[in-house]
Amino acid sequence: MEQLLAVLIDGIIYSAWLFVAAVGLTLIYGVMKIVNVTHGSFYALGAYAAASITGALLAHGMPPYLSYAVLLGSAVLVSVIVAPLIERGILRFMYAKDEVVILLITYALFLILEDVIKLIWGVNPYFIAEPYGLLGSFDIGDLTYPYYNMILVGVAIACGVGLAWMLNHTRTGKLLVAVIHDTEISRAMGINVDRFYLFTFTFGSLLAAIGGAYTAPTVSVVPGLGVEVIVLSFAVVVIGGLGSLPGAALGAVIVGLVRSATIHYLPQAELFVIYLVMAAVLAFRPRGLFSLAEARKI
Amino acid sequence: MRRDLTPRTLALIVAAILAAGPFAPQWTVFLLTVALAKGLVVLGLMILLRCGLVSFGQALYYCIGAYAAGLLGLRYEVSGVFTLMLAGMLASGATAFVLGFLLARYRSIFFGLLSLAISMILYGLLVKTEALGSSDGFNLLPSTLAGFRPADAWVRYMVLAVAVVVAFVAALLVNRYLKTPLGRLAPAIKDNEIRVEYMGASARHAIHVKYVIAAALAGLGGALAATTVGHIDPEMAYWTTSGEFIFITILAGTGNVIAPFLGALIFGIIQSVAFDISPNTWQMVLGSSLLVVIVFLPNGLWSLFSRGKAS
Amino acid sequence: MNAFKKAVAAAVVAALVPAFAAAQEAPLKIGVVSFLSGAAAGPFGVPARNSAEIMFEMLNAGKVPAPYATKGFGGALLHMNLVDESGGTTTQVTEFRNMVQRDNVDMVIGYISSGSCLGIAPVAEELKKLTVFFDCGTPRIFEERGYKYVFRTAATATMDSVGAALYVRDLRKGKIKTIAGINQNYAWGQDSWSDFEASMKQLEPGVKVATSQMPKLFAGQYNAEISTVLAAKADVVHSSFWDGDLEALILQGGPRGLFKHRTVILTTGETAMYKLAGSIPDGVVIGARGPYGPYAPNNELNKWFSKTFQDRYGVPPNYAAYHMAQAILGTKAAWEKALAANGGKRPSQDQVIAAFEHLTFESPAGKVEMAIGAGHQAITETAYGVTRKVHGKMTVANVKRYPAEMVNPPDGVKAADWIASGFKKK
Repeated sequence: MEQLLAVLIDGIIYSAWLFVAAVGLTLIYGVMKIVNVTHGSFYALGAYAAASITGALLAHGMPPYLSYAVLLGSAVLVSVIVAPLIERGILRFMYAKDEVVILLITYALFLILEDVIKLIWGVNPYFIAEPYGLLGSFDIGDLTYPYYNMILVGVAIACGVGLAWMLNHTRTGKLLVAVIHDTEISRAMGINVDRFYLFTFTFGSLLAAIGGAYTAPTVSVVPGLGVEVIVLSFAVVVIGGLGSLPGAALGAVIVGLVRSATIHYLPQAELFVIYLVMAAVLAFRPRGLFSLAEARKI
Repeated sequence: MRRDLTPRTLALIVAAILAAGPFAPQWTVFLLTVALAKGLVVLGLMILLRCGLVSFGQALYYCIGAYAAGLLGLRYEVSGVFTLMLAGMLASGATAFVLGFLLARYRSIFFGLLSLAISMILYGLLVKTEALGSSDGFNLLPSTLAGFRPADAWVRYMVLAVAVVVAFVAALLVNRYLKTPLGRLAPAIKDNEIRVEYMGASARHAIHVKYVIAAALAGLGGALAATTVGHIDPEMAYWTTSGEFIFITILAGTGNVIAPFLGALIFGIIQSVAFDISPNTWQMVLGSSLLVVIVFLPNGLWSLFSRGKAS
Repeated sequence: MNAFKKAVAAAVVAALVPAFAAAQEAPLKIGVVSFLSGAAAGPFGVPARNSAEIMFEMLNAGKVPAPYATKGFGGALLHMNLVDESGGTTTQVTEFRNMVQRDNVDMVIGYISSGSCLGIAPVAEELKKLTVFFDCGTPRIFEERGYKYVFRTAATATMDSVGAALYVRDLRKGKIKTIAGINQNYAWGQDSWSDFEASMKQLEPGVKVATSQMPKLFAGQYNAEISTVLAAKADVVHSSFWDGDLEALILQGGPRGLFKHRTVILTTGETAMYKLAGSIPDGVVIGARGPYGPYAPNNELNKWFSKTFQDRYGVPPNYAAYHMAQAILGTKAAWEKALAANGGKRPSQDQVIAAFEHLTFESPAGKVEMAIGAGHQAITETAYGVTRKVHGKMTVANVKRYPAEMVNPPDGVKAADWIASGFKKK
């Protein structure tokens, strides 16, 4: 029984992390139809910015409790600077190209950003352990969990609910939904699609950076951090259905729980279980669990 | 209709390589052989790309081809280049035939991502297989040709010669295939599949066939790479390997069957030069060159050669 | 940024020095291969490159203490040809061939990944080029076949696992009933765990495995794995995690009580112990893959090396840096032995190889013997200890040293067979 509870908690923590890391990808795909590989770079940028800024401020005597806000601030700072630069400077000239070509452009940008990160921060790891232990921990049976994990769950819920509210209840969100469903008609109706692209790319990248920033206290921030996240986030949003917000949430929960159960009961299979789930879901639901029906254009 | 110059051009290139090979520095011979191996994989991707499909998991077949060749060496001490390549091709082709029933139903990004998932499952299984060296992989026997093992200085040339001939035949066959009715269906499938169906053709069947051809070519390339490099490991099935193949495909362009080989060679040269002149920032060099090609040569490097003819 | 500038400056110096010295004797062009990008760059690749830069520069200036005080290798100055180890085996084999056949290097020193080493070894043999592996761990290289041109100046990973088992046995005499593992799911992690498990079963018959967790390499999130290890209530927890994964495990495991009530052994813990001094409690068993870092002997060579490295890069050298220095000094020792045997004339490659086989040389880590793999594979002593903070500074206490013959198989015996035989001497 206790093990089952552990599976559940570990799974939820991992799901929360996955959701924050992946949700920006599904937003950008939904609006712009771009499979954005630089998502991994923004995750890494967020982690690096958070670790270095928070670390520096803590060293200068900032009260530790402020660090949770600084993590968020760092993510905002880095994505507001870099994302518009990429979207306005490069991507907007490419929208006429094939989906795959744009994917490759983001892949090229990802390669470049990897080295840019290395030039700025070097190859040595950054740590900010303080925020992780600061809030203390709670026990479940013999197992101890730091409360920080709950912050991660909170961030995930805030991102999901906030995004859903924005899409359904604000003017911007409603217009965005229109763009998601049909870019051409939206343009014809007078929506400034370009501005939405800039907004979406920045906001989606910000979500990735938040994922990186709030993960930073639990890991060592090192080169290559973003690579792993790319494929994992792809898996999550594909399982849920590319472009679907509830899909991303469901995908994250499924992957998180399956992975956690595998580790507890069948550790040998951990290596590929996520891809097994992805292949199985796609085999039965070729467009993922929550997919938009596509019109047959003759 | 104008005469197709491709077979003649190909034959000239092959003759030039075979003639120049013995005098070329050994490292260029190796670079060229690896480029041919990757070129074969990219040739397959090109066929798929012509009907709008991009596989993010072509490394699956590259890896199956390599491991089929490696296992033949490990279990039965086979080292003949042709046998290994045949084995690689058959193993990949057969796998693709089975998986094709599933994958031929998928389009656009979903086709790509499902292939990616399958290739990552193979990666995971191989890393778990300690008998095959896990993530470290294992070494192959030195290459031979029909039981004959030439002196060390000539092994590279021998493998290159075989690779050139195999690539030549593959390129010719693909060139022919692209002109058959089934081959010509590709752009139509890309543009609008429903129209293809109304014409009475089966898009799914056409894609299944193309998928098997692409996989067989990837298996051929994998086995060739395995015997050339002399070492295989599960990384061959990792998604970054697939990424490299797509990278080359876009770099090369889909205009002609020569393009994949040219693209692979240029990719090899860029990578090698980048490693040499900026070992700390080679990824940036690679990424920037890809961006430059996409922006200034939207139809790939091949457009440099075909521009004159097209106008 | 600063480190980058220094690296550029060092590269310029390295490029200029041979130009001035060309008058004396043709310089030696040495290919140096190490991870400069990706996850292995920070903990291993860059410290190793830094170590190579110091060694090349100091050797060329003749500033290394005895017995290595001659300039370069026996007067021939050294020129470095640096290559990144990233990109997979195919890329590495290509770059190796380029170095040998295009850039005409005289020898190659490099390789951290066991996969690279396995792939490169037969190619070195084919191209007949002296190649010295400095860091990779798999014992398979010289077990699977013999090589003439390939040497490895660091001990294999077997030593780390056997040493780890001996140390925890000595630390908790007779009180170990169950062991658990958390290792990365690839060759290094699998081998480390299976050697440790087999050694423990020899040393403490009847010991049970409570759980063996094998997360994907660079997974980064280990909450679920930590839960299972905690729930398994094993007496000993073994991990061969390295770098970011190791640091993440420490950061995530610490607040969850992973290090309480049980003996945790981190076989590569040395690379993280100073950086994470605040997060590692006392009593964690730390390894350094040999007598490196805190376990290095207090000899002149080590005092010089650790001070020079610390002064230039601001951190003490870790075991990867030691491994690199060891490889360069070992090759120098072989080269100069061959030089002497050749009557002071520049030795041929075959003469260097003959001198290298079964060579015993001094390194900052003490004595290194090319004792196994038919004289091509080094063995060294090893050491383990537990962390203890003294006035807020991280140190190791309770250090035990195990002589080379006790933790390495005899020549010609496979590591796994040797462990299964109960560590039988020949």
